[in-house]
Amino acid sequence: MMTASLLAVAGALGALAAVLAAPVPIALARSDWPTRAPARALLLWQAIALAGGLSMIGSLVAAGFALVPFDAIVGGIVFGAAIALAGYLLGHLAVTIVVIARSRRRHRALLDLLTAPHPTRAGTVILEDSAALAYCLPRGGRSLTVLSRGLLDRLGHDELAAVIAHERAHLEQRHDIVLVAFRAWHSALPWFPIAHRAADEVAVLVELLADDRARRVSSDHVLARAIVAVATVDVDGIARVSRHPAAPRGRDRVLRLVG
Amino acid sequence: MANLGQLERAVMQTLWDADGALSAYDVLPRVSAVDGGKKLAATTVLTVLARLEKKGLVRADRRARPHHYLPTASRADHVAELLHEALGDGADRHAVLERFVGGVSAADAAVLRDLLDRRTETG
Repeated sequence: MMTASLLAVAGALGALAAVLAAPVPIALARSDWPTRAPARALLLWQAIALAGGLSMIGSLVAAGFALVPFDAIVGGIVFGAAIALAGYLLGHLAVTIVVIARSRRRHRALLDLLTAPHPTRAGTVILEDSAALAYCLPRGGRSLTVLSRGLLDRLGHDELAAVIAHERAHLEQRHDIVLVAFRAWHSALPWFPIAHRAADEVAVLVELLADDRARRVSSDHVLARAIVAVATVDVDGIARVSRHPAAPRGRDRVLRLVG
Repeated sequence: MANLGQLERAVMQTLWDADGALSAYDVLPRVSAVDGGKKLAATTVLTVLARLEKKGLVRADRRARPHHYLPTASRADHVAELLHEALGDGADRHAVLERFVGGVSAADAAVLRDLLDRRTETG
């Protein structure tokens, strides 16, 4: 009796894990409502990833419990698989966090040497280089927004305000935490195409969220102009077609604003 | 008194501007000028140099007396390293930073500029 219900639980969790592993994320990635409600879509991606992992591990645990009374060795192996999977995913997350923290620390040390503080804006530094570039470096309470000289030269005052609001939104909403989790998941399961897709989709969603925050201080048209100006810089300004997952969506971001 | 970060910047700047390796005593007068003309102690400069060495930014030649220090890379090399990471085009596709926007293809660029121009005319 006990065994039958445990097996039913294992089966149900396994089925849930299978649904969350492919059909659900594929449907979500294909639908177009996330561009209109990026916050909801981001939450949904996190729920899918977390529930998918937990249901897969839970299914193995329930199956292990059910099997132990009949065959301790097979039951033990299934148990071991559950523990190994959980340990692998958590261990990968920990390693990813440490590796990223280390390279951010190094990046920060270089920024401290090579940039000058923005004369009027707190938490913003200027890198003397002709490239047109804006990015943010999250780091606890000492997060930084980095603007290059090439960017300052190319953007008007309004456009610059939009860019800074966008970067600040990344920092305030701690998008780095979500991104790290999805990147760790992707690098833990490199053969799993959905993990790859999810990491890319999440990278796009945080850009849309940051755009929405910037739209509160800038008009849609100004923000769109800033995106186009930075994305279409000539080769010397190194915009180049980037391999960054969110990069190809620069076009979609603009169309969402002025299309 | 300048903080450590400012001193590190000033010391690195001095080493980058110099032709060859410098000792703490060579660095001292140039950094003191940056620090509002106040006189710095040589030990302070040595502390800053040790910190920079720990960060992998300078290399010490310990055969020389006093020790001489060289930057491990030029300023331009370090700027290039920052850009490389910020652009996310290194081997690690998942860079550690969020860039405002990446480049778009030439075809997309033309479409977007055209779209913006038309909006500006009507709006």
